[in-house]
Amino acid sequence: MLQINNLHASVGDKPILKGLSLTLNAGEIHAIMGPNGAGKSTLGYVLAGRPGYEVTGGEVRFTPPTRQPVLDTGLGFSSTASEQGSQAPHQVRGDDTGVDLLTLAPHERAAAGLFLGFQYPVEIPGVSNVQFLREALNAQRKHRGEPPLSGAEFLKIARAQADAMGMDMDMLKRPVNVGFSGGEKKRNEMVQMGIIDPCLAVLDETDSGLDIDALRVVGDGINRIMRKPDKAVLLITHYQRLLDYVKPDFVHVLADGRITRTGGPELALELEREGYRELAA
Amino acid sequence: MTALPTRRDEAWRYSDLDAVARLWPVPPATEIVVAAGENAAQHLIAASGIHDFAITLGAGARMDFHVLNAGAGYGRVAIDVALHDGAHFEFGGVQVGGGNANLEIVTTVRQIEPNATSNQVVRSVLAGHATGSYLGKVAVARDAQKTDAAQSVKAMLLARTATANAKPELEIYADDVKCAHGATVGELDKMAMFYLAARGLPPAEAQTLLLQAFVAEVFEGADAQGELEAEALAALGRLA
Repeated sequence: MLQINNLHASVGDKPILKGLSLTLNAGEIHAIMGPNGAGKSTLGYVLAGRPGYEVTGGEVRFTPPTRQPVLDTGLGFSSTASEQGSQAPHQVRGDDTGVDLLTLAPHERAAAGLFLGFQYPVEIPGVSNVQFLREALNAQRKHRGEPPLSGAEFLKIARAQADAMGMDMDMLKRPVNVGFSGGEKKRNEMVQMGIIDPCLAVLDETDSGLDIDALRVVGDGINRIMRKPDKAVLLITHYQRLLDYVKPDFVHVLADGRITRTGGPELALELEREGYRELAA
Repeated sequence: MTALPTRRDEAWRYSDLDAVARLWPVPPATEIVVAAGENAAQHLIAASGIHDFAITLGAGARMDFHVLNAGAGYGRVAIDVALHDGAHFEFGGVQVGGGNANLEIVTTVRQIEPNATSNQVVRSVLAGHATGSYLGKVAVARDAQKTDAAQSVKAMLLARTATANAKPELEIYADDVKCAHGATVGELDKMAMFYLAARGLPPAEAQTLLLQAFVAEVFEGADAQGELEAEALAALGRLA
């Protein structure tokens, strides 16, 4: 699904990632833990393509599982590509070797199936959640050659996802994250993830700022949306407690821009006990 | 005014004077009188050119005036309004310009009697080498106690080559009045742009969505809200 080879990245002139390598296969959940300043959030931003985060070396190949061709005869433009049995050149689809993720613009990465859950979800006054999400989802679908969703179709999906995360539909009609508490913002990220339904989620400290109950809700959401054979998750976290709800297949320690240790779920417990200082070196 | 304005005329300081010369002389201002106690609403989707209005609001009258100034080239909307006792003037203006557009909204609100109120909200979005100006004077006469006048002026520059001029101006001769004014010039929020992109919106669509939100409050409750918003959205889309 995702192959990161010897990735180097700088912010400004400062090198942050210094030769990071990591492979995620479909069906796997990986956790990345590490001390402050190790480069965890930078990794998320680099994968999503945030401007100002400059890749100075290495490569990232992204191989989304091939989606089923959309056969909707009601909307003419989608059937052509499937009849030809090939994909239009502008479409980003997985094949054996995948795509070079770093060459894609941020919105193209999203359309290819990558979702970044923000540590600090951005407030956007004046733009309602539903309007923004419908436009975003339809932009992704258009990019993939799929027909757009009608307002009614979209609202049905949005309502189901909001319900599943225990979020009031009225909140989804309010401006994006404006006036939301820290926990509500993280919950909103999960609602967005459910609506967009990505194949790879990079979740940057989705657990920070959550109380115990909210942590369980968010953890259940990650499992429900992403724990599937054709999906993968990269959980970036400081603490072990999210991993009580979302069981990782692999745990990595990120220190000074590189993966310094890899293990199973027991590594997270060990880290919690011993601290990073002992294990990161 | 009959003589061709020059750069020394404060109200024409940022105007495209070559364009003004081609349009001169302009016809007299459109006069609107709202009788005491009456309500009136007016909207203008301004084509290029000079649009002049002279408005008088009788005691207790109210007028809502909404303007979209988004023509190519030179577009000027000038409004002079006199408020009698207890009258209210509500003004909302959106300017959207790219290329070499020179757009301006020039208002003179004369609070000539007590208890009158006015509220002006102006949002300008400027790209390319466009210039957008708001010159807004509130003149409070000596007797016009309990005046409450507000001006909120914001401009968004999509390029460093675009220019915004904002000049809220107060001339107050009464001593028991409330006159609020605020002016800001800013750029698109880069983090918001990235957030929208990370959810799949291409840059042009993300920009239009943020700009739509930036101007949204201006036409809230306008008599032709739908039409104004649709035309504004089309103009914003052309900047992308």
